[in-house]
Parts: sequence; C-alpha cells; structure tokens
Amino acid sequence: MRLSEVGIFVFMIDCILCNNYIFSRFLGCCPFLGVSSKVETSIGMGIAVTFVMGLASLFTWAVYEYVLLPLDLTYLNTIAFIFIIAALVQFVEMFMKKSLPALYSALGIYLPLITTNCAVLGVALLNIQSSYGLLESVLNGVFGALGFMLAIVIMAGVRERLETSDIPLPFKGFSISLVIAGMMSVAFLGFKGLV
Amino acid sequence: MSKNDNNLRGVFINGIFNENPTFRLVLGTCPTLAVTTSAMNGIGMGAAATFVLIGSNVVISLIRSFIPNKVRIPAFIVVICTFVTMVQMLMQAYLPALYDSLGIFIPLIVVNCIILARAEAFAAKNNVIRSAADGLGMGLGFTLSITLIGIIRELLGTGMLFGNQLLGSGYEPMLLLVLAPGGFIVYGLLLGIINAIGERRKKNNKGVTSA
Amino acid sequence: MKLRVSHGPHLFARETTQTLMLDVIIALMPTTLAGIYIFGTRAALVIAISVISSVLFELIWQKLMKKRVTITDLSAVVTGLLLGLNLPCNVPLWMPVIGSAVAILLVKQLFGGIGHNFMNPALFARAVLLASWPLHMTTYNLPQRLFLGSETALSGVDTVASATPLLSIGKLTNTDLLIGNIPGSIGEVCKVAIIIGFIYLMLTKTITWHVPVTFIGTVIIMSYLIGVDGIRAVLTGGVLFGAVFMATDYVTNPMYRLGQCIFGVMCGIIVVVIRKYGGYPEGVTYAILFMNCVSPLIDRYSKKKIYGEVKKSV
Repeated sequence: MRLSEVGIFVFMIDCILCNNYIFSRFLGCCPFLGVSSKVETSIGMGIAVTFVMGLASLFTWAVYEYVLLPLDLTYLNTIAFIFIIAALVQFVEMFMKKSLPALYSALGIYLPLITTNCAVLGVALLNIQSSYGLLESVLNGVFGALGFMLAIVIMAGVRERLETSDIPLPFKGFSISLVIAGMMSVAFLGFKGLV
Repeated sequence: MSKNDNNLRGVFINGIFNENPTFRLVLGTCPTLAVTTSAMNGIGMGAAATFVLIGSNVVISLIRSFIPNKVRIPAFIVVICTFVTMVQMLMQAYLPALYDSLGIFIPLIVVNCIILARAEAFAAKNNVIRSAADGLGMGLGFTLSITLIGIIRELLGTGMLFGNQLLGSGYEPMLLLVLAPGGFIVYGLLLGIINAIGERRKKNNKGVTSA
Repeated sequence: MKLRVSHGPHLFARETTQTLMLDVIIALMPTTLAGIYIFGTRAALVIAISVISSVLFELIWQKLMKKRVTITDLSAVVTGLLLGLNLPCNVPLWMPVIGSAVAILLVKQLFGGIGHNFMNPALFARAVLLASWPLHMTTYNLPQRLFLGSETALSGVDTVASATPLLSIGKLTNTDLLIGNIPGSIGEVCKVAIIIGFIYLMLTKTITWHVPVTFIGTVIIMSYLIGVDGIRAVLTGGVLFGAVFMATDYVTNPMYRLGQCIFGVMCGIIVVVIRKYGGYPEGVTYAILFMNCVSPLIDRYSKKKIYGEVKKSV
C-alpha cells in the first residue's frame, strides 16, 4: 500500500485498524500485556511509544538510505537499527525527565523497556521491507504506534473493569489478558479489507 | 531445594520446566503468537532462538568481568546482535523456505526478552559451562513450548501436521486457530491450564509431605 | 455480613435476573416462531440444540468449579436462543454446540459468570463460527414457507451464498423484507416480529430506547448521506435484530444515557462503513463487538459527577 496511491487518510486507517500492530501483526505484545492494567499509564505509554516510533522510523530510514545502502552494508541493518533505537530511547528519557517529570515517574521502568519493544524495531524493518520513502516510513511509525495506543488503552479499560471479577485463579493475570486480546482481535477482524 | 538444582542438570531442567520462558516467565510473547501457525515454524524459530541464546550466554559469560557496569546493556545487545545476524545469514542461505515463513521475526530475535533477560540474570553472573547449560535449557523450553502451541494450532486449524494431512476429510478445520485471534486464545488458555496443573501438583506435594 | 463486590450496574439478585431474562425470551418468541415457520423444522432443531447446549455447559462448568448452579436464572437460555437465531438454518448441528461452548464457557464463565463478560457472548460465538467455518455460516437457504402466500422473486434459486445476501435482493419489495420473504439467519429475517419484540421490551422497561434508536437512526441517516436507501439498509441484514437484541445487552454496553447514545451512533457508523467499503457485506456483528471493547472507556469518560465529589488538586 503506497501513500501516493491511497492518500493519507486511508493509509492511516490501514495502519491503525486493518493491520493493527498488536491484533494483526503481534508487534509490541510484551508491553501490551505488561502495562495495560491502568488507563492513565497506558495512555502515557502510548504517547511515549508514538514519539519513539516516529523518530525511530525517521532515523533508521535515513541511516539505511544514506549510510548502509551506499556502503553496501545492508546486512548490518539489524545492529545499526537497534543502536539507533537504544540511543533514541535514552534521549527521550532525558527529555521526559526534564520536561514531563510526572509522566517520566509514572512510566518508571517501562520507558527504557521501549528499546526492546518489538514494534519499534519491527516498524523500522517493515519500512525497509516495503521500500517506503521517508514520509511513508515516518507516517507508518506514527500511525502504527497510534494503533498500538488504541489497543493498549481499550485493553486497560477492560482490565480495570475486570478487577472485581471472580476469574479462576490459574487464569488470572497473563492468561486472561491473552484471552481478552484474542477476543479483541476477533472484533478487529471486521476491519480487514476495509481499505 | 535439593542439591540437584544447583548443578548443571538442574540449571538445564530449570529452563524447561520451573522457569519455562513461555509458560512461566511469559517472555517472548511476540514470536510465540506470530510463528505458531504451524509446528514446523515453531521448531524453526525455537532452533534459531536457542542458537542465539547459547551463543550469547557463552560469550557474555566469557567477557563478564571485562564489561563496565554502565555499558553492560549495550554490550549485551552487540553480542546478541552478532549472533542474530549470523542466524539470519545462515538461514537465508541454507533454509530459505523457513527464512521466508518466519519473516521479520528472525531479526526480531534481538529484542526477544528471553535472551536479554537471561544475559542479565544468569550469564553475567555465572561461568561459561553453566551459562551454556542455561542457554540450552531455556532455548529448549522455548522451542518445546512454541512447538506445542504450533501443533495444536496447525492440527485443529488445518487438519495437517508438519504439512501432512492427519485428520481425515470428515474433520472440518477451525480456521480461526490459524488466524491472529487463534494465537492469543490458544496461548492464553494453555497458559491457564498449565498454571492449574502446576497448582494442583503443588497441593498434592504439600499433602504428601505433611502426611 | 457478606458484602458483595462487583462492577456496576448493581442490578439484581437471582430472582430479578430470572424475570428480566423471561421478558427477553418472551420478546424473542415472535421472531423465533416466525423463523421456524419460514425456515422449517431444521431451524427449530438448531435453536433447540443451541439452547440445550448452553444450559448444559453452564451446568457442567458450575458443578466442576463447585460454584452455585444458576441455570434457573435463564441467562444461559437467552444466550442459546440468541446464538441459534443468529445462525443460518442449514448449519451442521455441531456448530451451535461449539458456539454455545465458546459463548458460555469462554466469554461468560471464564470471566466470572453473569455480569462479568465484556463482550456479548452470543455475538462473539457467532463471530468465532463465522471466522472458523465461513462457508457454512454464509450459505443461506431460501425460505420454505412465506407469509401472505406470495412468491418471492428469488424462487427457482436453491441457496444463496454470501454473508447475509444483501447483494442479491434488489428485486424484493420492502414488504417482502418486512415480513421475511428473504434468505438470512433464522431470527433476522422477519422484521415485523423483531419490531413486536422491541415494543414488548420497551413496554416492560427491560431496555431503554437510547441504544436501538440511535443505532438504527444513524444507519438510516448515514446511508442516505452516502447515497443509499436508508430504510432499505435497515430492513436488510442483521441491523434490526442486532440493534434490538444484541446491542442492548446491558452488561456489555455503557451504563449512562450519554454513553449509550454514543455507543449506538458509533455502531451505526461502523456498520455503514463496513458495508460500503469493507470485505464483508455485513458489519453488524463486528460493529457491536468492537463497541463492546470500547464500552468501559465510554463509561469512564461519560461518568456523571457524584454529588459532593471534590476535584483533586494537581
């Protein structure tokens, strides 16, 4: 799906609903399961991830296009990308500590964990795989992250509601969260083929 | 804790049962959900991850006294990346069909939480032989777990196993199991069932010792 | 004193649940009987198996888990009935059994029983069946008997395969659609019967008007906006059945009136969008399930201010 063919609105719907990063692509599941117990934290995490994924798409694309490709070192893309992402997360952490201290303390340990969020490295690799241009890559990163945020926030809404439910003990925690995710994934099937 | 748990055999068994990465630690969920559409994919991913796990555990254990604490995470990542790139290139050359099926989840082994977690929790604090045993145990535990999920999804979702038609034409395959939701639901239910079995065994053991 | 902790609406003891469910069953009777008349004894069999399996699964689970058996509150009967009515009459008879297992065991009991499901059980089961065995779920038999003794324009055709054959009914009149002279799921075809059920539910105050009216209204208005006949859009497919019986399940829709209106409007929008642009000719199932997921958030943000609540200072 090329941006030039379908326009920005359809591209966005495709990233957020039709090929949702969690429910269709399975990228970003660890934080999705780990951070989704409260709505506020989930919104914060979603915003942080959007920021990181957008910038990561930008920088990884640039490095691939202007460094790896000309020097014929494309097989090093995994290493290069993960370093860019790690550095980026460090910067975002420092930035948040100074300018958004409340959010910084709310996210706590989850912020550095964005480095190992499969969605960030995943989108960088997907951009290259789909031969996206610069704008497409960045938009893919931002919209994909918004889809992640949608998933994690509605998950938090449901999990908060289930706090008082009498779920059988072996299924509490990760087990029921996975089942909930599966059920939501069924609902999202309806968006397949929308664009 | 018996004496067994501390020796090599104990370390190895730990990765398969007590601290099984998929069903006890619940790490590495992304590949677990994505590649378990067939049993073969499960084995392939498991083997690749085990290779990286053993390799990185061994190397990190070797150099653990030389890495300054501040840069240990980046150092771990460099090591893990090297092995992942090796696996990528080997697979692309010798197992192209598997390479295509697993897609971006091969390079994503780099951010597979299991590997970084074991590097941090075990390899950085133990000698080479024990780290290798841990890597092998964890890798095997992971492989067995995702292959189990893969077997269930492939068998009930397509009627086939390892590409061979197993269930007769009278069986109508449940397509949902090989779609995205199937991954979540099978993994979730299996996790709950295994938890329940674990609880029951603990209760029985308690009963035996107090008798 | 035994204190009960649960998520609102804090509605009922078992006795009241029973009368509520009984009212829903009565409201479903017109469309059930119409469906059986139109599609024959096979339809009755599908519905019966669906209801019996639902009740059995609930009984077995509650016995195994050593919980209080609540099958007499009739909620399992309602789930079974709704599921059966949502199926085409010619599905293999094991399908309502599997559907009931999914609805009762997975959606309802695993989450803690009645009141704790976050998705409509019958509807989720239908979505699972649709995704798992699409061919069975989208092959609709033609009506066997027709009200008013008329011949439908589709006579001569044996079965129609598509997800609710909205595409092939251009030749039918609105009257045909109203009284059910069309192929479709057992419960969704006779619109008049559904409307009778709706009136009964409103009269007995079992449901409020907010969700069904906003849902249907939005479908009509949006359809006209995109150039499609709005009335026809409501009379075809599962919109009426979904809006009256599935979207009004108060465990899975928002608690407050504003939230319910938002719920209805968004369901309507999604249905029209999926019908126009999507890969499925029918979007009601997915629209309602998606909105079920979003319900808790709608509740959160449309909460009324509690008297005396003081805003926390930042």
